[in-house]
Amino acid sequence: MSPLLSNAILLTLFLYCMAMALTLVRLFKGPSAQDRVLALDYLYIVAMLMMLTLGIRYASDTYFEAALLIALFGFVGSFALAKFLLRGEVIE
Amino acid sequence: MNAELSLWVEIPVAVLLVLSGVFTLLGAIGLLRMKDYFQRMHPPALASTIGAWCVALASIICFSALKSGPVVHAWLIPVLLAITVPVTTLLLARAALFRKRMAGDDVPAEVSSRQTESGS
Repeated sequence: MSPLLSNAILLTLFLYCMAMALTLVRLFKGPSAQDRVLALDYLYIVAMLMMLTLGIRYASDTYFEAALLIALFGFVGSFALAKFLLRGEVIE
Repeated sequence: MNAELSLWVEIPVAVLLVLSGVFTLLGAIGLLRMKDYFQRMHPPALASTIGAWCVALASIICFSALKSGPVVHAWLIPVLLAITVPVTTLLLARAALFRKRMAGDDVPAEVSSRQTESGS
């Protein structure tokens, strides 16, 4: 892997880490519960993009499956939390 | 890795990756800086649309060049996000509207009345 691509991947991972740090600030500060759920949802998406980038870095397919799993569980988790905020219970 | 990528593959992959990183960071900054909750719901869409599309495209270009054939399974990620993200966004918006209404904040009134909802 040439220095161009590996440096670009490093820069991308650094930008993702910055985004996650800012999202964590919102997660801990968030005035209301729905702000925290939104920040958690965003954390899931950024972690998934990070997995895809690591998959390019190591030229491996396994990271793609991890990203797919993170996307699915992120959706289920955010759905359950939003349903809980809406109704006070997850399954009714 | 044994196969070496050519420069004409690496340049678009690098540009797409950095673009996705920049847009994801912009989404996070927006999430932190916006004043109102309903404004704050908008910036995360940057990562789940253009961020995911750029990374998937970079992954497709990279793996197609490595295996010298089309490898398009990375499209599953943006397609999956396009299906799931609107559902969570809509539910979160409804939950926030409901909670703000219960808290007595100044939010738009309900469109459908309780009588029509109880029929379902």
